[in-house]
Amino acid sequence: MAKISLAVNGNPVTANVDSRTLLVQFLRENLKLTGTHVGCDTSQCGACVVHLDGKAVKSCTTLVVMADGHSVTTIEGLAPEGAPLHPMQEAFREHHGLQCGFCTPGMIMTAVDMVNRRGADLDDHTIREELEGNLCRCTGYQNIVASIAAGAKQMAK
Amino acid sequence: MYQFKYHRPGTVRQAANLLAKNEDAKLVAGGHTLIPVMKQRLASPPHLVDLSHIEGLNSIEMKGRSLVIGATALHHDVATSPIVGEAIPALAELAGLIGDPAVRHKGTIGGSLANNDPTADYPAACVALGATIVTNKRRLKPEEFFQGLFTTALEPDEIITKVMFPLPKKAAYQKFRNQASRYALVGVFVAKRPSDVRVAVTGAGSDGVFRVTAFEEALQKRFLPKSLEGLSVPADGLNSDLHGSAEYRAHLIGVLARRAVEAANVKA
Repeated sequence: MAKISLAVNGNPVTANVDSRTLLVQFLRENLKLTGTHVGCDTSQCGACVVHLDGKAVKSCTTLVVMADGHSVTTIEGLAPEGAPLHPMQEAFREHHGLQCGFCTPGMIMTAVDMVNRRGADLDDHTIREELEGNLCRCTGYQNIVASIAAGAKQMAK
Repeated sequence: MYQFKYHRPGTVRQAANLLAKNEDAKLVAGGHTLIPVMKQRLASPPHLVDLSHIEGLNSIEMKGRSLVIGATALHHDVATSPIVGEAIPALAELAGLIGDPAVRHKGTIGGSLANNDPTADYPAACVALGATIVTNKRRLKPEEFFQGLFTTALEPDEIITKVMFPLPKKAAYQKFRNQASRYALVGVFVAKRPSDVRVAVTGAGSDGVFRVTAFEEALQKRFLPKSLEGLSVPADGLNSDLHGSAEYRAHLIGVLARRAVEAANVKA
């Protein structure tokens, strides 16, 4: 067992964990933050994307002990409960950037990271290239791309 | 995943001691190769030594006429570093083609080299640019370091600390990506160095990265795409799988080498 302390969505968390616990397992099973999904479990689909120290990472391929001392943001951390949605969440709602919704938390976390790194003025090509680590099996991506372009502009306001 | 003990050393020396003391201990930095393999129970190291918190091991700097990249520099750092972009833009481009953005936020140059995946990108850059791979024990040339499929010259308690890239006159990397994995189906790195021309191929060889001396000799005379006209690489010894036959890969090597030369000339 290993003792870890990290910040999750701004809240300090301390726990004793088996060192083989994946970050996504810890978030879902220990903290009950089930917005982060496990899709492929092989670091390809991006349903598990969270931010580690502000950067998008795949939490199915990160050990929680490696996140000890660091800060994690999940989809639940984008907007406080009861508060208005984060602009990127709102853009996905507005532009119907989802069908079944399974990939959506990862898509939104990747989209926010994309805006943080690439700025608010994102063309379709950039968005599609940046989404190469996030798979959606329903939408054909059209509305996801439209949502991200719109969400990026809203984030800049 | 089987159980293991996790260690977080603060220095390379501490990490080396942990490796020496614990048999079958494994190094981890980004973990994007090792963790998946551990999840599949194909690897079960009893000790994991995490290099990612060693200060300074991820530095990127110019030293004399060499670009020096620390072992735990992330693919994202190399791809976006103004120092790399200025010194060897082809290397920054190569790093930006690895995996996807989230993978590039975790994967490291040292991890990629130590793993020596036959479809990884960095080995081609090291061979073509004539890099020096520096460990806690010695300095290795790529031809000594890479020893075939997933095999390197690294000893059990040896740790890559940095990679030194001498600046080329011109260089470019062209990659034909596997559409699913984003690994190189074939990748060709061409470098016009002050003393010679090197062409290194990844993704295609069944024994890992290799050089194409016939291309190098032709380009040595004139560094132009048309110098490669009529030249080809034999399909013998190339990978053949559901993604592409050996003949297809041999064809791609020629196409990508010509494109790389063209790109290198445009940039210069």
